[in-house]
Amino acid sequence: MAKQVLVTPSVQARVDTKAPERQINWGGIGRYIALIVVLIIALGPFYWTAITSIKVDAEINTSPPTLFPQSFTTNNYSQAFLSVQPAFAKDLLNSTVVAIVTTILALIFGSICAYAIARTKFRGKAGVLAIILSVQMFPLIALVGPLFVFFTNTLNVYNTYVALIIPYLVISLPVTVYFLTSFFRELPPDLEEAARMDGCSRLGSLWRIILPLAAPGVFTTAILSFITVWNDFLFGLTMTADATAQTVTVAIPLFNGEHQIAFGEVSAAAIIVTVPLVIMVLFLQRRIVSGLTAGAVKG
Amino acid sequence: MSTTIRAEALPARKLTLRQRLDLGNGTFPYFLVAPVIIIIALVAAYPIIDSVRLSLLNNPLIPTGSTFVGLRNYVQIIGDPAFRNSVGVTITFSVASVALETLVGFGVALLMNKAFPGRGLVRTAILIPFAFPTIVSAQIWTLMLNAQNGVLTYLFQSMHLLAPGDSLLRTPTGVVIAAVMIDVWKTTPFMALLLLAGLQVIPSELYEAASVDGSSRWQQFWTITFPLLRSALFIALLFRLLDALRAFDLFYILTGGGREIQTMALYSYANMFVGTTFDFAPGVAAAVILFLICAVVGIVTVSLSRISRN
Repeated sequence: MAKQVLVTPSVQARVDTKAPERQINWGGIGRYIALIVVLIIALGPFYWTAITSIKVDAEINTSPPTLFPQSFTTNNYSQAFLSVQPAFAKDLLNSTVVAIVTTILALIFGSICAYAIARTKFRGKAGVLAIILSVQMFPLIALVGPLFVFFTNTLNVYNTYVALIIPYLVISLPVTVYFLTSFFRELPPDLEEAARMDGCSRLGSLWRIILPLAAPGVFTTAILSFITVWNDFLFGLTMTADATAQTVTVAIPLFNGEHQIAFGEVSAAAIIVTVPLVIMVLFLQRRIVSGLTAGAVKG
Repeated sequence: MSTTIRAEALPARKLTLRQRLDLGNGTFPYFLVAPVIIIIALVAAYPIIDSVRLSLLNNPLIPTGSTFVGLRNYVQIIGDPAFRNSVGVTITFSVASVALETLVGFGVALLMNKAFPGRGLVRTAILIPFAFPTIVSAQIWTLMLNAQNGVLTYLFQSMHLLAPGDSLLRTPTGVVIAAVMIDVWKTTPFMALLLLAGLQVIPSELYEAASVDGSSRWQQFWTITFPLLRSALFIALLFRLLDALRAFDLFYILTGGGREIQTMALYSYANMFVGTTFDFAPGVAAAVILFLICAVVGIVTVSLSRISRN
């Protein structure tokens, strides 16, 4: 731990009577410039993709590139939605369905697990946590081979939603359990004890007391699980073969032809796929950060 | 119950497993935790073990025609220059990316540590790169780095960092540089916010008192900031490093699936799904090697953190 220094009155007096700064606050100006640079770098690609998606092809191909769009067209978006190769709209539907189903399942299994970790004592709790977190560390490519063989030869579910939901559960559960545990831990235990004394069972107290109170945390966790599944590319690539179950992340690079890059359509597709996620992340950013850092800082 | 005090010692009893597991809640918690553990065991643990089994076979995609060949697949890929290349690419990319995003993230966290008007907005805005699916961020950056129409290519050429007509993605080194750039762009916000949260927990009186005592800012950093940030930083570093080692999406887009520059995950994928059926088992072997590397990194890091804590 850092060396503790007593802030005695004499120390405090010395700190309080620092001479006020009279010269220009160069540090402050430098800070603002640095922040603006950071913002430009962080938001620049998003802005660029957005304007590319509404430019006509002729303007996209001009050099030098234009910082402010000179043209406007919704062609790229309509072509993206109506696209057959890849079947973007169908892929969007596939991604959405798979992400929702996975999230629901992950919430069901994850919430009872998180409840056990947050609220009960049992031997081996550290081991359980270690197992769940270690899954986050797996290179998923190591799972792909056997799962592919298993889904194709044994279960015959290749290129269906099932082939996606099963691996997606595994990548979603660690996130789900981790965040639900940290949110459950924040709830005061007295309410549950009062309910138990009134005769409520443990699971009953989970359903009736904890989940309603933790609803914002559960909602946040659901969104994070949704985003985790939505972002996947590897399983979508390897477990599906066509638009029957293909996910939208797999679709994006497929807009490009052999030698021709479909700038406009890819940009439009990227915006369509990302804007919902950006809205969700912005909406929940405070909760996400507090959930992330609660575990890490208390560590 | 009566409260008579017994004077004689109770005979020693052997506790059953049930009684030993019971810390006050009975065996109920195990039922709650079981579904998650079972899913993980079936869908994560079992496939890893099965990967090892598959990697020791020849042509396992044909159920009746595969034979046990021992370590032949491993010998084969270790002798493959493409595999050795991919190991180099993976390690270079991982180290460079994690180092940069930690440094830059720390810088951004320091920038945002003092309150200023609009800080909440900035904090929100810098999370946006993090919301992009990796594949989407890879794709939009590849567009920006495109040789003909990429805005970044244009900028680099104007600044004479690139020759006219050249693009960053033309050489293997350039591809790795681009990959590091994109990965740092996407994950620095995560590091920055994590470190910022850690910084904000440190009470400012510690710094004030230290500066009154005459310590420089550098000394303050090492004696106050760093120790208090260490645990959060450690976890973040571990996860980021493992994430980088298994990079797949990014390089898939940057190289279009080409074989000149691959990470280990991409090499493994190409063997499993793009080659012939005879390449499937070597691809699995490459994935197993990657898994072992990740496991070693994880164990070493966790042990190091345990040691440093004691």
